[in-house]
Amino acid sequence: METYYSILPLAAVLVSLLAAGLITLSGRRPNIRESWTLLAGVVKFGIVLAMLPSVLQGRFPEITLFAISQGISLVLRADTLGIIFALSASFLWILASCFSIGYERGLSDHKQTRYFSSFAICLSATIGIAFSANLLTFVIFYEILTIATYPLVIHKETKEAIAAGRKYLVYLLTGGVALLAALALTFHTAGGTDFKAGGFLTMEAGTGMLMALFILFLVGFGMKAAVMPLHSWLPSAMAAPTPVSALLHAVAVVKAGVFGFARAFGFVMGPALLGEIGALNITAGLAGATIIIASLLAFSQDNLKKRLAYSTIGHLSYIVLGVAILSPQAWSGGLMHIVNHAAMKITLFFCAGAIYVTTHREKVSELNGIGRRMPFTMGAFALAAIGLAGIPPVGGFVSKWYLALGALDAGQTVYTVILLVSGLLNAGYLLSVVGRAFFMKSDNFTKFGEASLWMLVPLVITAVLSVLLGLFPDRFFHLYSLSAEVARSVFGGGL
Amino acid sequence: MSALPILIILPLLFFAFIAALVGIWHQRLSRYMAVLGVTLALAAAAQGLLTVLTVGEQRYFLGGWPPPFGIEYVLDPLSSFMSLVVLCIGFFVVIYEPGAAFYQAPRKGIPVYPLLMLLLGGLTGVVLTGDLFNLFVFLEIYSLASYTLITLSGKRALVASFRYLILGTIAGGFYLLGVGFIYFATGSLNMADVASILPGICTSPAIMAAVALIVIGLSIKMALFPLHIWLPDAHSYAPPAIAAILASVQIEVAAYALVRMMLDVFQPYYLCNMLSINSVIAWAGAAGILFGSALAIPQRDFKRMLAYSTVGQVGYIALGIGLASPLGLIGALLHILNHAFMKSCLFLVAGGIRYQTGLREIPWFAGLGRRMPLTMAAFVVAALSMIGIPPTAGFFSKWYLILGSVDSGNWVFVTVILVSSLLNAVYFFGVIERVYAKPPAGYPEEVKAKDPPISVLAPILVLAAGVLGLGLINVVIVTRVLELVVASLY
Repeated sequence: METYYSILPLAAVLVSLLAAGLITLSGRRPNIRESWTLLAGVVKFGIVLAMLPSVLQGRFPEITLFAISQGISLVLRADTLGIIFALSASFLWILASCFSIGYERGLSDHKQTRYFSSFAICLSATIGIAFSANLLTFVIFYEILTIATYPLVIHKETKEAIAAGRKYLVYLLTGGVALLAALALTFHTAGGTDFKAGGFLTMEAGTGMLMALFILFLVGFGMKAAVMPLHSWLPSAMAAPTPVSALLHAVAVVKAGVFGFARAFGFVMGPALLGEIGALNITAGLAGATIIIASLLAFSQDNLKKRLAYSTIGHLSYIVLGVAILSPQAWSGGLMHIVNHAAMKITLFFCAGAIYVTTHREKVSELNGIGRRMPFTMGAFALAAIGLAGIPPVGGFVSKWYLALGALDAGQTVYTVILLVSGLLNAGYLLSVVGRAFFMKSDNFTKFGEASLWMLVPLVITAVLSVLLGLFPDRFFHLYSLSAEVARSVFGGGL
Repeated sequence: MSALPILIILPLLFFAFIAALVGIWHQRLSRYMAVLGVTLALAAAAQGLLTVLTVGEQRYFLGGWPPPFGIEYVLDPLSSFMSLVVLCIGFFVVIYEPGAAFYQAPRKGIPVYPLLMLLLGGLTGVVLTGDLFNLFVFLEIYSLASYTLITLSGKRALVASFRYLILGTIAGGFYLLGVGFIYFATGSLNMADVASILPGICTSPAIMAAVALIVIGLSIKMALFPLHIWLPDAHSYAPPAIAAILASVQIEVAAYALVRMMLDVFQPYYLCNMLSINSVIAWAGAAGILFGSALAIPQRDFKRMLAYSTVGQVGYIALGIGLASPLGLIGALLHILNHAFMKSCLFLVAGGIRYQTGLREIPWFAGLGRRMPLTMAAFVVAALSMIGIPPTAGFFSKWYLILGSVDSGNWVFVTVILVSSLLNAVYFFGVIERVYAKPPAGYPEEVKAKDPPISVLAPILVLAAGVLGLGLINVVIVTRVLELVVASLY
């Protein structure tokens, strides 16, 4: 692994932190305030993009900040895995911010300053998580993310939102505590916490300790990654405004959880080690069960956002499955799904938000015929739905393909079957919404048209992106190469 | 021999008298005298720490009498660290607006600031002295000052203070008895001297009794579970500034005394008699952590919640001390520093809220986040630190404590520390939720609320910034100061 000193990783983290301050100060001038958000988003994405060329060449920008504990420093490093996450999060933030502007103004929502500045801090933490080079730095940003997202979850300040906030904290802080224990044990066992492709722990630590570490990582990351049975905060968190659900609960927070799994399984413990102690099978089993159960539960949800929440839970476990199968292809598939699912799911949430702002409808059963009044919105919904079901040419097919291949490769055909079945279930609970929207008649929506451009344009962009990611998986930011490279390094022994 | 140690204590005592005299003539000026005195002492303490880190230990013999005959004041890494903590917090409390500090501006004729100076002087004296009996003298000085200062809040405070007085005097009495036994057995009252004499008389039953008495006496003073019962009332009824000093500094000075006695004076003795007082203290600490954190949850009164929280935090310090490992002690000492900043910030916030709105109970704090944004922002930072969210200071002291427990293989302690973080989150987020997410109930006090004036807000904000800053620079503190301390004690 070749690294070179660069201030860019730090800049990427600090941009939105600075913006958060400026947003708080511009509370009285909404237009200036919103422009800080947009500016920060563009700059952040630009900085991350600027680091892509050297990462592709295998040279990683790194900056060591200062010692934060005895023997451990705060180190930010843009490596292959990190840049996948950072690119998707920062790009989608720009779109989510545009959407937020339309959403918040469309609803004349309260406390918008708190909303936008919390969002900015969350993105800082997310990029910090993506670029953490050791486990302590990771845990620090992980916990900051939990706290920074709380104001967004309780934003509406209704009883439901406050209860959702409490549940959110209980689950995620418990996960954080488990993670802290894992961190302490890792440091105690290995004397260091730097991420290393292929893992830095060995069988020397003893099966007991390794199992304990595995369970702690499973709980710690499983909370954010909504692996069942640690998932129930996610549907409740749908009480948050839709852009929050879109970015944070489809792209940033939950992806931080699966990203954590990737780091723990690939850069702390190593797939071979985990396979030896039987941890991979446990994880894959939980992920597989989550996929099926979540897909089934999605059918029974009439509230659109809750349905999307269960869909998210299922798809997150695709990624967890990807890193729990002993095959580089499965890893590739899982990591690509981080981006594919993000694009598709955010589209769906954007659509739900556009529908809510325009018509104030939240339930699937109320959406009959809305396709005629909001064709672009529901068209985008349909594209994303097709992708999530795993039908080409939308992106979801590509990642699923590699996941399925990987499962076959590793001799675990049951997961291939699970993936196929889940695809059918996805088609069922998502395309039924599309069907309702376009093919059922109702007079409810004659007064309405499409949502404002602030909301419409982002969702069209993400839908198109989902399709493009399926048609040209490597054209956009070399997503495929990056994922394959991570898989190679995790299995092949070091970058 | 250097005069630096006594130069830290002298301004406090000297200006206590000046403030008293000036106060008779002009009440307001006594506060300015107090500020002057604390500033001088703080400057001396800072200089003391620098000198110790660069040059080495500094000793001062009172009256020129060399030990073991005379009284000695010692500036070593531990005591210079502690004295700086005490005086930092003391400084912020002294510059805090009197109306908010004491619920009302001190009435004419009540020497509030002189007593405060005596309190700080006594605390600093305990920290800096190298003589066992002299420690008792300063212990009593600050205790008497604190009993008096607590009563400024009215009737209930009077009862609470009386209870504290009884228990505190018992504690002091135990300590004195223990010192007496030591004196009879060793013939010396000087700490370093006693430490060298003790190995020779290991098995003496007088010494065993002395150890027990001193540890119990100091544990009462420290409010270590289950000897904490005086604390909740005393701290909830005391005026906010006094509660700040009591919770954040006095408790820790008692912990310092325990560290000094157990690890410095008795250490050689322990080694040859293998008493397991360490584990008793650690387990009492663990129990205290859970007990304090759990009992803080149902409290409606804000300061009472903070008081129970203090019982829990003392448990962390005791756990660190009792772990008897370098990492554990580093965690305990770092927590002493961090807790001093966090807890005093929280109590000063309580004072600010009371001053601005008259509100005391958490259910009535609804909507204050909007009305008092800066105050509540400081509260959030301090609360996150108490819960242990990085990068605030509280995370790092817990981190070292966890590392120390893992090192000792004590998984129960690890679990206790982690679970207590969650318990702390429950009651602090309860307040955060109330303050930010609940609409104001419409009470006139809430509607009129706004951020308190700068004389109240400044100490609060600086302390909150300190909580964040101490977290980020914790390694500097650990490597430059605390490791020296640990090296000198182990």
